[in-house]
Amino acid sequence: MGKKESTFINMVLVLFVITAVASLALGGIYNLTKEPIALAKKAKRERAIKEVIPDFDTLISYKVMPATGKDSVTISLGYKNDTLMGTAIASYSNNGYDPTQIQLMVGFLPNGIIKNTSVTQQKETPGLGVKIKDAKFKNQFMGINPAEFNLTVTKDGGDIDAITAATITSRAFCEAVQQANDVYQKEGGNK
Amino acid sequence: MNQWKNFTKGFVKENAVFILLLGLCPTLAVTSSAENGLGMGLATAFVLVGSNIVVSLIKNFIPDKVRIPAFIVIIASFVTIVELVMQAYSPALFDALGIFIPLIVVNCLVLGRAEGFASKQGLVSSIVDGVGMGLGFTYALFLLGSVREILGSGAWMGMKFIPGDAILIFIMSPGAFLVLGYLIALINKLNKTN
Repeated sequence: MGKKESTFINMVLVLFVITAVASLALGGIYNLTKEPIALAKKAKRERAIKEVIPDFDTLISYKVMPATGKDSVTISLGYKNDTLMGTAIASYSNNGYDPTQIQLMVGFLPNGIIKNTSVTQQKETPGLGVKIKDAKFKNQFMGINPAEFNLTVTKDGGDIDAITAATITSRAFCEAVQQANDVYQKEGGNK
Repeated sequence: MNQWKNFTKGFVKENAVFILLLGLCPTLAVTSSAENGLGMGLATAFVLVGSNIVVSLIKNFIPDKVRIPAFIVIIASFVTIVELVMQAYSPALFDALGIFIPLIVVNCLVLGRAEGFASKQGLVSSIVDGVGMGLGFTYALFLLGSVREILGSGAWMGMKFIPGDAILIFIMSPGAFLVLGYLIALINKLNKTN
């Protein structure tokens, strides 16, 4: 079979068929994967919550608007036998090095002490900014009481050692934790 | 065409990164660690094989004047499928590679092989070409990522052997150009002596 001539009709027809088949295939795959993707995202969120607050059996989540910032923040209260075990707050910062939002899960014990933090989304510089996921940086936030701790990097007069060559990312991380703490102070005790 | 030669040409003689200098933008951007290089290489190899198969199957139906838009639609569809499937069934892998997947669409290597090889050759040759070129691309990225990670982070595949920071410039953009330049010189020297 010879090659198709580049006549107007042929070109339009072939491109139409190719794009139509491609759209059909993509639509089909999208439908097939929609549910597993949602499940995977939910599982990821729950893993992050488990990482930052103590063992719980019931989880109550709701959204609030932070005082500053454009997007809502999700608060999840973890209960075990009707006792509040901890509060996990999904916070974010838009001031990372990459335009993509940095998203964190910050866990508070009922006495207001930060138990742990977990990065749920980031696209910071590979090899530099991504170190916010490493224990060396993250552990600085473990077990601190935000009331007597300055949640900014040392360059800005705070108590957090920034990552070398990734001060902007470190600042954004601190900002997200600070926002979580603000929300916690405002909302955490209500329920 | 000798299939063995066709397969091995992607490794040294026509290596995408070191000899053809194709697909350099993702190469320079993602190789800040060995693991990233490996992941990007394998994802590209998969798309390359897929698009080579489709292009070689339908090459006779595509009029010459619209072949580039046709190839791009095919490649972009493959990339999106890979992204969705990975996100759904292998979230851990997607977390590690997610940011690189959309980059494959604009990788000239994939379009270059569709245009320069698969649109002229048979199905088997195109598959062999895709696998060979893809693996050649993968090892080049892995090598580049390894050198940069060892010098820049004092680690390899995430395992740290020098505590603290190493020569940070190697994991930043200028380091990518430096290492790539030296590796190209080295590979060309080896090629000549062969």
